Amino acid sequence: MRFGGLLAVNDLSFAAAGRQITAIIGPNGAGKTTLFNCITGFYRPQVGRIALHHPTGVKLLERLPDHRIAREAGVARTFQNIRLFPRMTVLENLIVAQHAALMRASVFSLAGLLGLARYRQAERRAVDKARHWLDRLNLIAQADDEAGALPYGSQRRLEIARAMCTDPVLLCLDEPAAGLNPRESAELNTLLTAIRDETGVGVLLIEHDMTVVMGISDHIVVLDYGRRIAEGPPAAIRRDPAVIRAYLGETAAEDLPPAVSGDVSEADGC
Amino acid sequence: MATAPADPAPPLKDAVIDAALAGLVAAALALPMLGFHLEDGTTSLTLSPHLPRVGLAALVVAGGRLGLTLARRGLAARRAGRPGRLARLGGRLSGTRLWVGWAMLLFAAVLPLLPFADRNLIDKATMVLIYVMLGWGLNVVVGLAGLLDLGFVAFYAVGAYSYALLAHYFGLSFWACLPLAGLLAAAFGLTLGFPVLRLRGDYLAIVTLGFGEIVRVVLVNWGDLTGGPNGLGGIPRPTLFGLRFAAYAPPGHHTFAQFFGLRFSPEHRIVFLYFLILILASVTNLVTLRLRRLPIGRAWEALREDEIACRSLGLNPTTVKLSAFATGAMCAGFAGSFFATRQGFISPESFTFMESAVILAIVVLGGMGSQIGVVLAALLLVGLPEWFRELQQYRMLAFGAALVLIMLWRPSGLLSGRAPTIRLGERT
Repeated sequence: MRFGGLLAVNDLSFAAAGRQITAIIGPNGAGKTTLFNCITGFYRPQVGRIALHHPTGVKLLERLPDHRIAREAGVARTFQNIRLFPRMTVLENLIVAQHAALMRASVFSLAGLLGLARYRQAERRAVDKARHWLDRLNLIAQADDEAGALPYGSQRRLEIARAMCTDPVLLCLDEPAAGLNPRESAELNTLLTAIRDETGVGVLLIEHDMTVVMGISDHIVVLDYGRRIAEGPPAAIRRDPAVIRAYLGETAAEDLPPAVSGDVSEADGC
Repeated sequence: MATAPADPAPPLKDAVIDAALAGLVAAALALPMLGFHLEDGTTSLTLSPHLPRVGLAALVVAGGRLGLTLARRGLAARRAGRPGRLARLGGRLSGTRLWVGWAMLLFAAVLPLLPFADRNLIDKATMVLIYVMLGWGLNVVVGLAGLLDLGFVAFYAVGAYSYALLAHYFGLSFWACLPLAGLLAAAFGLTLGFPVLRLRGDYLAIVTLGFGEIVRVVLVNWGDLTGGPNGLGGIPRPTLFGLRFAAYAPPGHHTFAQFFGLRFSPEHRIVFLYFLILILASVTNLVTLRLRRLPIGRAWEALREDEIACRSLGLNPTTVKLSAFATGAMCAGFAGSFFATRQGFISPESFTFMESAVILAIVVLGGMGSQIGVVLAALLLVGLPEWFRELQQYRMLAFGAALVLIMLWRPSGLLSGRAPTIRLGERT
């Protein structure tokens, strides 16, 4: 993916499996969010292929427009800067996420206008699904509140609930722990592992909070300057010299003040 | 320049300086407008200065500004610690909104039977109802989908002209043309929608403004088809199941008065038209209220809130926007064909930008997305100027003053605040 003279994501290939949490980490500007925008169709990569093995067949994401990626390929995402529908209620946010199914049931809005039983049932099912995720994410008491009035942590959880209401096969989370306090991050950890184990959805996670990344990832991909510099399970990534170099700079250990080089070797050891 | 609530009593000096500045601005503006008077002498025009008037205008503005600041401060001080009276009134109104709506509909239904309802009043009420219907249509586009449309009157014109032309060239009746006019206007809505899909906000407003003008200019210049600036006359009046509202019927037809054994009176037609627009407007209201609770309506609102989030959830912004444009345009088309049959004569004069501006003002003043707000604003903006026709040129001054006052009093419209389209119902 190239923006003018800047090569943001270059020659990158990796695989993220279903029923696994794959974390993408890297220093600021490494191209993580650009990668997400390519996967979810907000950007179209100039070269390369993004293939998703969907239950109904292989979908080539680089060829679909963004709204069809969400609807047909089952890729849902959250945003680094939260994008809820702030003046709609929490429940409405979750119902909008089920637009495609409800629209089909409302038959060009005609069945809905006439209030046919078929549409009413579909709406009841949509509310039930929303209620399930609200329960799951502990938002049920705020269901009829304006989404924009929720506290920050709840807005983050609501965004995840909204993405899950689209019944995704791949859930892309862009810094879900940003701005959360340690207790909330710990809750997020249990939540994400539970979602993975219960629904079998593949989770792709961009995160800077290493307690989250190291705690729940099955697989980690490290990016720097748009290239993959390392890939593997958390334990291997933690020891990888290329990763440490990318995060701490090129400087050799002997140039560092003794206190810092001690820290680095400690980090190497654990 | 609102007084900050945290600082309830800033020095009086600030208020005076503020008022003096406002007075200076007013004086600068008034100097060219009020300061000189052209006097028609016997041989030539002479320009005589009228400086006292400028001073008077500046004083009035400065005094008003000072009064407003002081009044606001007094209110802020009294309000501290308890919710504002206006806010509570708003809360009460939204609680009883359904009830208010039914009461208004009942009043509208019995209006022609009331003793003080003369022909003039019913005529004006019909006019107000046309604008209410247009306001409800535009509310879909502006209030729900958040697409600022400055050329809404184009669809109104399309509706009016499609009825007039179909009746003129093909002899179709009002009832056959009403759905056709709606469909044609919706088709124009789609036509406008396609090129503006990528635009938002100000850019969209400018293109829709241009579209409104294009439609009007075409109507003016395509003389062979539309009669050009002379307009189209002799548009057939609507019938009630084939019964005519006229003194005489051609052979084989009946008039309304004959059929019911009444004495002919021109008022029958006025009342019939009133009920017709009341029904059309009520249906518009019912359908738009219902659409709002359907997936398509929620998609409109979601699009207004955040288009990128919509796309990430699988909503196709193209279809969502186009459906909003088409729905709004269809309402305008129905209203337009009613307008044509009521007037019996239409010309491009009736579809100027001023009309678009009034309809938009009705939606914005009413409070975006509020159905009853639209009714109140239409009464205020269309009804009052009609009633105060005797004030002549001061009418527009009063119109402007009313707009300023409402925006000071309730910046987000008369009745703002949205009701959720669906509730979990565990706390209601």
